[in-house]
Amino acid sequence: MIALRLKAWFTRKKGGESEGQAEPAASPLKTGRPDEENKVTHPFWVLVQKEVSDHMRSWRYIIMLAIILLTCLASLYTAMISIREAVSGEGAELGFVFLRLFTVSDYNLPSFITFVSFLGPLLGITLGFDAVNSEWNRRTLIHLLAQPVHRDYVINAKFVAGLIMIVILFFGLGFAVMGLGLIMIGIPPTPEEFLRMVTYLVLSVIYVAFWLNLSILFSIRFRQAATSALASLAVWLFFTVFYQLIVNMIGVAQAGTEVLENEAQLKQMLLIQTLLRFSPSYLFSEATTTMLVPEIRTLGPLTIEQAYLALSTPLPFGQSLLLVWPQVTALIAVTTVCFAISYVMFMRQDIRAR
Amino acid sequence: MAVIELKGLTKVYEEQTAVDHIDLSVHEGEIFGLLGPNGAGKTTTILMILGLIEPTEGTVRVCQIDSIRNPIEVKKRVGYLPDDLGFYDDRTGLDNLLLTARLNGIPPSEGRKRAEELLEKVGLTYAKDRRVGTYSRGMRQRLGLADVLIKKPEVIILDEPTLGLDPEGMQELLALIRNLSKEEGMTVLLSSHQLHQVQQICDRVGLFVQGKLIATGPIDQLAEKIFKDEPILVYVEAEPASDTLRESLLNIAGVEAVHTDQDPWELVCTRNVTAEVAQAVVNASAKLKHLSTKDYGLDEIYRRYFRGGEQHDSPAP
Repeated sequence: MIALRLKAWFTRKKGGESEGQAEPAASPLKTGRPDEENKVTHPFWVLVQKEVSDHMRSWRYIIMLAIILLTCLASLYTAMISIREAVSGEGAELGFVFLRLFTVSDYNLPSFITFVSFLGPLLGITLGFDAVNSEWNRRTLIHLLAQPVHRDYVINAKFVAGLIMIVILFFGLGFAVMGLGLIMIGIPPTPEEFLRMVTYLVLSVIYVAFWLNLSILFSIRFRQAATSALASLAVWLFFTVFYQLIVNMIGVAQAGTEVLENEAQLKQMLLIQTLLRFSPSYLFSEATTTMLVPEIRTLGPLTIEQAYLALSTPLPFGQSLLLVWPQVTALIAVTTVCFAISYVMFMRQDIRAR
Repeated sequence: MAVIELKGLTKVYEEQTAVDHIDLSVHEGEIFGLLGPNGAGKTTTILMILGLIEPTEGTVRVCQIDSIRNPIEVKKRVGYLPDDLGFYDDRTGLDNLLLTARLNGIPPSEGRKRAEELLEKVGLTYAKDRRVGTYSRGMRQRLGLADVLIKKPEVIILDEPTLGLDPEGMQELLALIRNLSKEEGMTVLLSSHQLHQVQQICDRVGLFVQGKLIATGPIDQLAEKIFKDEPILVYVEAEPASDTLRESLLNIAGVEAVHTDQDPWELVCTRNVTAEVAQAVVNASAKLKHLSTKDYGLDEIYRRYFRGGEQHDSPAP
């Protein structure tokens, strides 16, 4: 036990040193402008400010930021190179050239949305996996709680601060990409494209907030930051990689070898899709592709008869949103459920336990 | 006026009673010491005073405010220094103090002023812009004291303030606490398992053993209270130590038993019989080499309850 604490203390010290070197002069705890010098901030926002400045100064946020920026720029670059073919090819008359910046790839590098759906969860996990257990291990939680603040301020501030970081990153990134695209291809986005973009960014924020909450939940459950990080990563890997494999295997096993009747085939496809939709990453990819590729008219299986008379025009914004509304609701729901569990666990945790 | 008032305070964890019906009042301006071995329930009691743990039974009032119903108001008035106060190691000492100030709703300029003053007071001005991670244990403890004082509390509660400090650092800290109490009229409640330090600065102490407060009062009166029902023990060593001597000692009125299995012999008595014992030894024409009574002083309190602390220690839930 002593050895463990000693070790934790030692790594803490080391971590502290490296983090300190990032911005030795910065003092984010003081208010900047002189006219606000004597404004009393509500304790909750003091905590949020503290968390945000912690994130800003931490190496891992900076590293994640760098990775996301680099990959997204790379995907943007390939998109620009291959956008000429994409526009001149089929569906060129449909417009939405601007949105293609995010979805087109040259098959060497994945597209922007693939990168975001891959790295977004990682960002959420990075922001949350040591949220509560680091306060425990540094013994700062009792320090905070001995001040006149409610207990739930701490957990709420952790969540709000994480959310602020995600919003800043995604909207900053999204608008930067839009701006770059504007310069490079010279076609401004139509209002609808802009609306779709913003919806896409909001969806990404919700999706990453889910992973943030999940990792906060693990950070409450597990006292060691490494355990909670690994647990979060395991869940993330499971849903992004293995879950689809497993569902596909179930599908294959269930279908057998014989050729199925239409009806049975449809049933089986629906079953697999329903199973897939239990994964947040699948929900997210459905929602985002529908928002960014307006030609997508349905998310379910489509029979030839149904497709026969369908017009190959893009859906209006409202209809696309309507199509993915269940996915959006589900994502918000799992995020809320994760937060609710974290909240209850945190409020019930014994303050004395070490 | 009682600043801290506990009535029938009880905390039961699943399988054990951590704190068992405690009645205690701490008066304004005094330094009260909660004395007890590890695991006696001191920290649990303190956390209940702060409203951080909900008691199973009983009431807590601090400055006439109910800690259970209104912990925020209590925490505005009480400064708490845990035994191992955590700071944000990657921030400077000053930044840590400013964070506490802002959490207490102190305007930034006022907070900065107070922080500078307190750092001066605890002798850390030279290190205020260093990261807390580089502080020594003593410096952290002094920073902790500044941290507690920045909200200008009416009461300060210190949990094992001297734990892990070297003797010099300990003296400094105790002197600081004493000065604060005397100069600012602050009420201080401190817990410790180190009796000899508590003795130096506490006006009154409460003796905490296995969740019960077995005695309270000024430290020199404690021993009398605790040991008033104990038999008087007289130790005698004589040469030659014969059976006849033993018989004659047993015949003295008031002597109930003579234990000859140890050297010197132990006489269990109902009154002080040293004079008669000396007489008896001389009458038996033996040489009196040692004669003493057992001193139920502070050291005996210490020996009985603290040195064997780990045996009394029940694991924290």
